[in-house]
Amino acid sequence: MDALRKPYLQNTLLLTLALTLSVAIGAVFIPPGMVARMLAAQLPGLSLPVDWPETFDVIVFRIRLPHTILITLTGAALSGSGAAYQGLFRNPLADPYLIGVASGAGLGAVLAMSFHWPNDLLGLFTVPAAAFIGATATVILVTMIARSGRALPTTTLILAGVAVGSFASALTSYLMLRSEGEVRRALAWLLGGATMSGWDPVIAALPYILIGLSALILAGHSLNVLQFGDEQAQQLGLPVERVKTLLILAASLTTAAAVSFSGIIGFIGLIVPHLVRILWGPDYRNLVPLSIIGGATTLLLADLLARIVLAPQELPVGVITALAGAPFFLWILRRAKARSFW
Amino acid sequence: MLEIQSLSASYGSKLALSDFSASVNAGEILALVGPNGAGKTTLIRAVSGVLPVRAGRVRVAGKDLSQLPAVQKARFLAVVPQARNLPPAFTVWQTVLMGRTPYLGWLGQAGEADRERTQWALERTHTLTLAGRRVDELSGGEQQRVLLARALAQDAPILLMDEPTVHLDLQHQSNLLNLIRELVNEHDLAVLMALHDLNLVALYADRVALLVEGRLRAIGTPNEVLTPARLSEIYRIPLHVISHPDYGTPLILPDGMGVREKQAN
Repeated sequence: MDALRKPYLQNTLLLTLALTLSVAIGAVFIPPGMVARMLAAQLPGLSLPVDWPETFDVIVFRIRLPHTILITLTGAALSGSGAAYQGLFRNPLADPYLIGVASGAGLGAVLAMSFHWPNDLLGLFTVPAAAFIGATATVILVTMIARSGRALPTTTLILAGVAVGSFASALTSYLMLRSEGEVRRALAWLLGGATMSGWDPVIAALPYILIGLSALILAGHSLNVLQFGDEQAQQLGLPVERVKTLLILAASLTTAAAVSFSGIIGFIGLIVPHLVRILWGPDYRNLVPLSIIGGATTLLLADLLARIVLAPQELPVGVITALAGAPFFLWILRRAKARSFW
Repeated sequence: MLEIQSLSASYGSKLALSDFSASVNAGEILALVGPNGAGKTTLIRAVSGVLPVRAGRVRVAGKDLSQLPAVQKARFLAVVPQARNLPPAFTVWQTVLMGRTPYLGWLGQAGEADRERTQWALERTHTLTLAGRRVDELSGGEQQRVLLARALAQDAPILLMDEPTVHLDLQHQSNLLNLIRELVNEHDLAVLMALHDLNLVALYADRVALLVEGRLRAIGTPNEVLTPARLSEIYRIPLHVISHPDYGTPLILPDGMGVREKQAN
């Protein structure tokens, strides 16, 4: 266990660095030291001299901090559920985006929003629930289509995922184009992968993501045993059907909450678990938590890049992850073909 | 120890096993033999509970196995599968430790007792030196021993094995079966083993169950079951059965149908 403390420490340090940069960097640079003092000033019983302009308060607490936290949650969610889907389907290419779950969640979210635009926090809480239904329905449909006998071939799963995902995306676009006003605005985040702003989405996504990710972290040993196939897993004493159902629900819930407020961001759930696997091994008891921390860090950095490449214009973060992720996907595909190692 | 009562199982509408009954006692190896497609693997799968049964029951120490949850089942009954398609992920140690799954808490954290049992299983199967190696990079014989170690770590009184020697050469076949025989004698295990090679069956099994087209054709000691008339009929080739020079167990010699004479001409 001692050998494992190091990656957790390294990853946490990297995450802290990414969080700091994400709050500090933007149209106005706010030095990390000042951000720290501004945060400390929020603590009760601590009176610090206010040596920053009032506008900084607005920038940090109303804009950057909620944005940073939403990106952190999204990266953690997509990467954690990506690791779980890969283990669940024993498929190196499974990713919430590539198996269509993200698009299914997007359709669910937009259906709910076009039915009734969420103008309060309670309304916002219903969006991930609708996205969750869309995500779960998609994953069930995709695995049903892709199944051939008792096997679930790697490429068929991705093909079915892409097809079902495209169908869901098309329906989503249709729904949005025939709607008006605020719903149309949803188009921006959903197609490009840009986050909603303010604290409300953070609060609405948080409980879903925490529940989903906790379940996935606890399932580490079960995911390990599942790597030997359903039959051996059951003979080793794992209640396979129950465990798989639980995993699908938890991963879909996590994905759905992330998609609801950050749109469809591809490949992050593919890249991060792979790097973690290469660097620190395939044991899911560590792979899942390290993917969660690493996913948050990676998406924060991608988001930072998206904000500064064309400044003052912002790119949707999904563009950055796709630019990095698509070549990565092809690399894994070649590797997986060359030998069964992944 | 293990009682199989009128077991029937099917794939879709095709009945692959019908009305099979047998029992295996502690300290005994019951070998399953029969031509390809006779239902040996089906029987192993049905008994282990991964293939739903159509009719009949499997009882272990008096309990109906189908009524037990997966965890309980795995404490009574461990399976040594054929070594193929092992995940390209785990070390030998991690793989064998997974045999402890039915004893772990819901977090899957292994304790001292789990590590001791794993260590013992590795020592017993001569795989301790491989502990740090990746399981998918081992030879077939080594993989088969690792899977045996995993089943031993599971600490179940009954072991089911599906053709454990199928990809092994003569030396490894013999070593593995010697090891299994030793373990059965030492720990009073009950073993149900599908095995192709009739000569190995005759040498290592206490009793033999002969399956033909999903039905039990004969059951008894190797000398009772492996008779020339019965085997010739079932395997559809002429053959001789002679007596092993040291043990008196049957040795099955397929008749070359005069190939040698044809060559001589």
